Amino acid sequence: MIDPWYIAVCILVILVCLSLIRLFLGPTAADRAVAIDTVNTLSVAVLILLGVAYQQIIFIDVAIVYALLSFVSTLYIAKYLGGEL
Amino acid sequence: MIADVLILACLAVGIFFNALGIAGLLRFPDVYTRMHATTKMTTFGSMFTALSVIIYGAALFLSSGDGQYVTLSVHTLIAAISLAFTNAVGSHAIARGAHKAGIKPAPAIVDRLEEFTP
Repeated sequence: MIDPWYIAVCILVILVCLSLIRLFLGPTAADRAVAIDTVNTLSVAVLILLGVAYQQIIFIDVAIVYALLSFVSTLYIAKYLGGEL
Repeated sequence: MIADVLILACLAVGIFFNALGIAGLLRFPDVYTRMHATTKMTTFGSMFTALSVIIYGAALFLSSGDGQYVTLSVHTLIAAISLAFTNAVGSHAIARGAHKAGIKPAPAIVDRLEEFTP
């Protein structure tokens, strides 16, 4: 029996590739910012599931740090969109 | 046995809601509606996948008594909490930036935010 964590990781990676479509053909810059925010959220979920699949707790620590750092980058992109930077 | 069913159910719910969020991102016509779809759906789905990992760690700790599964569950809980807070604040910031950049919703009639910003 195939481990269910690997199937979940494969489906989430397919969803990341689908959201990259919106990243390529978004009409405005705000659409691309929304798409990259979605990619960040899904990456955190993928890292958590990979940490269970490979039995490595360090992956989940990487997921925590990635969530906080992508939050900072999202805030700066939003500031740049509003013309306040 | 019950833990396996719970883990699979939480994984299925999480992936289903993530897929709904991506469908909304691809199909909706506007920045604000796309943000409405992706922020709520992917936050909910990612928290459910994290919940399945927490249940997995708790079940293995109760059956084997090994301390590293407690570490797994607690770190996943911290990741889920940080994800919840950062997604809400980040999407609010993107919406504010898009409004200040001059992007309006398509059938907008009243704009209350414009009256407060100089």
